[in-house]
Amino acid sequence: MNYLGFYHYGIYFLTTAGIFGVMALALNIQWGLSGVFNLGIAGFFAVGAYASALMTGAPDPEHWGGFALPLIVGIVAAMLTSGLVAFVIGAATIRLRSDYLAIATLGIAEIIRLVIKNEGEITGGVRGLTGIPSPFNSDNQLVMLAIVLIAVVVLYWLADRARISPWGRVLRGIRENEDAAMAAGKYVTRFRLEAFVVGAAFMGLAGALYASFIGFISPEAFKPVYGTFLIWVMLIAGGSGNNVGALVGTFLVWLVWSFSSLLTDLLPGGLATQAGAVRILLIGLLLQVILLARPEGLFPEKSPPLIGRSRKTRGDIQQKHS
Amino acid sequence: MIKIEKISKSFGGIQAVNECSFEVAKGSITGLIGPNGAGKSTLFGIVAGFIKPDSGRILLDGDNVAGISPHRLFRRGLVRTFQTPHEFSSMTVRENLMLVPGSQSGESLVHSWFRWGKVKQEERELIDKVDEVLAFLNLDHVATQKAGNVSGGQKKLLELGRTMMTDAKVVLLDEPGAGVNRTLLATLAEAIERLHRERGYTFCLIEHDMDLIARLCDPVVVMANGSVIAEGDFKSVRSNRQVIDAYLGGEAA
Repeated sequence: MNYLGFYHYGIYFLTTAGIFGVMALALNIQWGLSGVFNLGIAGFFAVGAYASALMTGAPDPEHWGGFALPLIVGIVAAMLTSGLVAFVIGAATIRLRSDYLAIATLGIAEIIRLVIKNEGEITGGVRGLTGIPSPFNSDNQLVMLAIVLIAVVVLYWLADRARISPWGRVLRGIRENEDAAMAAGKYVTRFRLEAFVVGAAFMGLAGALYASFIGFISPEAFKPVYGTFLIWVMLIAGGSGNNVGALVGTFLVWLVWSFSSLLTDLLPGGLATQAGAVRILLIGLLLQVILLARPEGLFPEKSPPLIGRSRKTRGDIQQKHS
Repeated sequence: MIKIEKISKSFGGIQAVNECSFEVAKGSITGLIGPNGAGKSTLFGIVAGFIKPDSGRILLDGDNVAGISPHRLFRRGLVRTFQTPHEFSSMTVRENLMLVPGSQSGESLVHSWFRWGKVKQEERELIDKVDEVLAFLNLDHVATQKAGNVSGGQKKLLELGRTMMTDAKVVLLDEPGAGVNRTLLATLAEAIERLHRERGYTFCLIEHDMDLIARLCDPVVVMANGSVIAEGDFKSVRSNRQVIDAYLGGEAA
């Protein structure tokens, strides 16, 4: 690979890592903070990608939408649509115990994918949506990268503020002991639903960025392996409940995943196909190693600092999660 | 204050509570005793909204609140504790109490994102309030410990502390003294007496420690097999024949 190729690959790598980072932060709000077991990440990612693509794409007689609006409109539409879909799904399922919620969300994400596949008049069906413009119609990949990095920084800030806020404290309480949270007068369903909807809106945002970056989306892109499980591995590797961990985990797992792709690409035709499956195995193996060696991830969850600490208590609260 | 009227609840054919009726008078410390399996904790669960009764009514200040969810009862000033401590174990003792008050503007994510100054100000006031409660309960020295790491007795005090973080009117204590050593038990009894005297809490407490019952409770209600079998002051119920029989030959008397 020459220098120019390396440069382009680097930008591609960072942009995709950033988009995954947004999703890992979103999952961290749902799972890390709140214990909401969402296995349907790919579904909200898809809803966001399609909502944005239909808003920002060029008109096409084959399907609905194509309003050629700016990316910011696409992003807002993506977040609202994903959030709304999450609200409807959550209103029906959020009371389920965590493992049942996982099964329900996994199923719902597949339903979303199949609906997209079959509602061709709106979504372009199996052919997908093409010609989704990059931001400002710019050919410069750095523009996309900059937008993604801004999104990562903003969402990191929002997610971390949520974590240390009284809102996050209630959710950590619910995660630890739901009965105790109820006895403390908390409307558990409301808080869990809020975390689910906010996380899903962030996932929708990631979808909007992805659509604009790749320029083409189809139902195939939203299968659970990439859209859901890879993100779970990223969060668990990095440290569930820790936002820095979520981002570092994303970076490292995406690095391993990408390099394994470079290696398998060197193999001759037939073997390369089989090697694709080996990569998934590799990621599973990595997850096992991490869970055995460091079950709390590379960056374990920490107690948040006391906000607005008073004179009396200053200085006695920098407690590490042990 | 609370009037329990013919509450019944069965679990898969076992009648845990059977047409149980009694009243917790405003300003009283009502004791609820009875042998294991009498249905006391189930009844508490029903009154606090954790378990839906099969039939019967619960009147809180005259309104039927049977089947209403716990967070709404909490807002009406009805708070419970648990027999086995329900702490948020990986959160600090202080955080356990900071979580409780219901009117925190920071519990709205929008406020926490965009009105941080106000949230911070409230947190500052809240910390002072929590530290007062911790001092009251002799828990100030463990304020920064993880709640999961403090002793069983201290967890019991933390349960009581939760009821102090809100404008409670009536507090249901499920075996506050169980597993608490003698020294801590005195602290606990004093705390209950002070809350009763200074804050005007009404208490209903389940307890097996008869010294604690004798010290705190009047009247005492005795349950067996899901129903009330006796009611009155401690002296009269402990000499009641049915009560002695229920406790298998009068261990308690």
